[in-house]
Amino acid sequence: MTSTTGTAVETTVEIATGTGWVTICPYDRLTPGRGVAALIEGEQVAVFRTRAGELYALGNRDPFSGAYVMSRGIVGRRGEVPIVTSPMYQQAFDLRTGECLDEATTPDGTPAALPTWRVRARS
Amino acid sequence: MVGQRFLEALTEAEPRPPGLRITVLAEEPRRAYDRVHLTSWFSGTTAEELSLCDDAFAAEHGIDIRLGDPVETIDRAARTVTTRAGHTVGYDTLVLATGSYPFVPPVPGHDTPGCFVYRTIEDLEAIKAAAERARVGVVVGGGLLGLEAAGALTAMGLDTHVVEFAPRLMALQIDDGGGRVLRRKIQDLGVTVHTDAGTRAIVDRAGRVAGMVLSDGTELATDLVVFSAGVRPRDRLARAAGLAVGERGGIVVDEYCRTDDPHVLAIGECALAVDGRVYGLVAPGYAMAEVAARQLVAGPPDPDRTFTGADLSTSLKLLGVDVAGFGDAHGVAEDCVEVLYSDPLAGVYKKLVIGADGRLLGGVLVGDAEAYAQLRPLTGSPLPVPPEQLVLPAAAGPRGQLALPDTAVVCSCHGVAKGTIRAAVTEHDVVDVPGVKRCTKAGTGCGGCVKLIGKIVTEELAAAGIETRRGLCEHFARYTRAELYEIVRVKGIGSFARLIDEHGSAEGPDADGCEVCKPAVGSILASLSGGHILDGEQAALQDTNDHFLANLQRNGSYSVVPRIPGGEVTPEGLITIGEIARDFGLYTKITGGQRIDMFGATVDQLPSIWQRLVAAGFESGHAYGKALRTVKSCVGQTWCRYGVQDSVALAIELELRYRGLRSPHKLKSAVSGCTRECAEAQSKDFGVIATAEGWNLYVGGNGGTTPRHAELLASDLDHDTLIRTIDRFLMLYIRTADRLERTATWLTRIEGGLDHVRAVVMDDALGICADLDELMGRHVETYEDEWAATLADPERVRRFVSFANAPGVPDPTVRFTAEREQIKPVLFERLEVRGR
Repeated sequence: MTSTTGTAVETTVEIATGTGWVTICPYDRLTPGRGVAALIEGEQVAVFRTRAGELYALGNRDPFSGAYVMSRGIVGRRGEVPIVTSPMYQQAFDLRTGECLDEATTPDGTPAALPTWRVRARS
Repeated sequence: MVGQRFLEALTEAEPRPPGLRITVLAEEPRRAYDRVHLTSWFSGTTAEELSLCDDAFAAEHGIDIRLGDPVETIDRAARTVTTRAGHTVGYDTLVLATGSYPFVPPVPGHDTPGCFVYRTIEDLEAIKAAAERARVGVVVGGGLLGLEAAGALTAMGLDTHVVEFAPRLMALQIDDGGGRVLRRKIQDLGVTVHTDAGTRAIVDRAGRVAGMVLSDGTELATDLVVFSAGVRPRDRLARAAGLAVGERGGIVVDEYCRTDDPHVLAIGECALAVDGRVYGLVAPGYAMAEVAARQLVAGPPDPDRTFTGADLSTSLKLLGVDVAGFGDAHGVAEDCVEVLYSDPLAGVYKKLVIGADGRLLGGVLVGDAEAYAQLRPLTGSPLPVPPEQLVLPAAAGPRGQLALPDTAVVCSCHGVAKGTIRAAVTEHDVVDVPGVKRCTKAGTGCGGCVKLIGKIVTEELAAAGIETRRGLCEHFARYTRAELYEIVRVKGIGSFARLIDEHGSAEGPDADGCEVCKPAVGSILASLSGGHILDGEQAALQDTNDHFLANLQRNGSYSVVPRIPGGEVTPEGLITIGEIARDFGLYTKITGGQRIDMFGATVDQLPSIWQRLVAAGFESGHAYGKALRTVKSCVGQTWCRYGVQDSVALAIELELRYRGLRSPHKLKSAVSGCTRECAEAQSKDFGVIATAEGWNLYVGGNGGTTPRHAELLASDLDHDTLIRTIDRFLMLYIRTADRLERTATWLTRIEGGLDHVRAVVMDDALGICADLDELMGRHVETYEDEWAATLADPERVRRFVSFANAPGVPDPTVRFTAEREQIKPVLFERLEVRGR
């Protein structure tokens, strides 16, 4: 985007893949306190921005329901832990580690943790 | 159960005995489970839910549990036991918790196929399988378990008989008068009761039960027989090992639960206690388990922890009938007197046994056992109020609040006294019933005392001057939803950010809320300050339904629900909905609220679907919001030959007036054109029923898991008064209700209840009606359709993409299969995703 006062450098959100960084969207597109989903090499990633401006990226699949909906959860905080709650059955996950704070395992017995991804804002 | 309790007591013991190794040798193929609630298995409680011992417990304490391999012999000299499978296990201390076996009277034919006992989950499985091919069932034994079995047979659709040898039902626990009332109530439920009746023989026809002959010679035709004629201690192992047993069975133990071999203990139903009784109830068994664990942990006998006997108090709901007997229920003490209240018409019988010195000795309650929780702990104490106050129905006079002494045992399953519960509150900072359960174990047995525990906790907190009120969540710990509403209203706060920064408990300028406070505050802001719910910061507050203005379904797709006010829709409108659903391949269903739901839309499709709906004149139905849903109606005066008012017109008017109104919980309504109530208005948050003179307004009803009928707020209102009254009722509710509190709960919670609400909204008792009217007026004036407004703004539409980095790509995981010619969601097969 150009303007008469010069070139504004847009800050973008990027996620690390095996080979490099992939641009997701402009940083300003992320609503503070919400997430978006992104497709990275066929895999779904949920990217969140907190009110303080931190970025987190987790797997988009809710391990309890099996649906790819984590990006649509409410972002918040439990004590010191930044969390996102699954919009399906409301379990809370630690945004930093992907761990589920409410239940250790899913109904099928697998650990209820989301994979995490490296994410950064870059101007 | 007693064995499991013993394990728990042992593992909780302080100090933990060094080098303690525990091996459990069990006969049944599953771990300890809750036999007290065994009957609930028939109504869907699974074996897993009945389980009292999970993997974590065994693993955490290193307990070696071996199932399905019972001990066959004990070698006391070598201190070993040998199991059926031939394993030999050594011990320092052996604890026998072998329980009891059901007594089957040795009548001819008692082992014919079709005869059962009622003891284990396996027994229940066998009964259930047989009941599927049976029409009639007989239960032998009219005690507690027999009546439970009869209830289970009735529930499975069998014509059920109970045959009891004694002259009354539950002969052990209750007296003749109580037995008569209980019998009548149980017969009313369709169970045929035979008392004073023995079983002479089982009739065997072609190798199956076909009937039974009673002691008076009559024959009952039946397809299955369940024996529930009492239990006998399982002391065979102990006998064979040469341990002392009682004349009528039971391993003889002392007050420390020790047998005559100091290395062998016995607890529960297999043991004969020092008072010469074998206890078949769980509470005495638990008490013995605690005593036995104490022996192992503390070494030398602890004179404060002995088991010398217990009373046979029981309180339960049998086939929906309250029955309780406690203490000296039969009045055997010398010179005791009985205070009796009996109302055979209402099916209520209450008796108190009072000693010559004025102490409460025991009692029987049938049909209304509410007083049990307070009376049983008082057993042995002087009555605090005149006895008639304790037995008369609440309506007949004031029921005195009983001041229980600290020594009163509140939870008899775990023997927890009132003083212990009070101490949990005062010394261990416990503030609620779950806390008491964790801290004292009280209330974790049969659960019958939970209500009383709640009362004690509340009283104790109040006495200590501790606020029992709880805030919304950790971020607004000091405020309820109603208080936050007032703060937002009075200070004119327009954002979550300002509210949490100025009034939240969290520190820092960028504090986050959580899934509890964000939507609650979002709802308050939406109902007070208007504006689009997806604008700016408000977008972050909404849960996924509000965020996408659609309802999230199980595979991540959404449903679309256009508003159809009053259920009235033109053929043209129907065709449009049909065309849209067909073009987008959506599943359609007509709902209970007189609307049409379209399921299976992806996030990307929502704007284009709504584009077409809005163009055809449809609006958002707010099915996604905590807001007004539908106003149902019958066809009323216009078409119905009985209708006395135009219910459709009123329903449409109400639905349009309150559409989009955000509230603490969803709101439903209905209007019926006459008293036949075809719109079911009395099951709604607010419902209107036409009369010849005007409209009757009902409030506080709901369906759902705890259905409640609405109550009449006002009668024969004219149109304008009706609307004004509903306006004020809704606004008062929105202003004062808790988060996710429906009108029904709100009405029962608030002080003064319905009368208070009537005084406020009809007589302006608080002088706030002008305020309420103005708030509703503003809502009606500023309403705009959320979907039309969303579509009008490209910024708002931009969020409706599956992937931020690939806007045109639909979500490949949202998949469907077909069923009955429509789509049905399937969950995407799992993809292994690895983070980087």
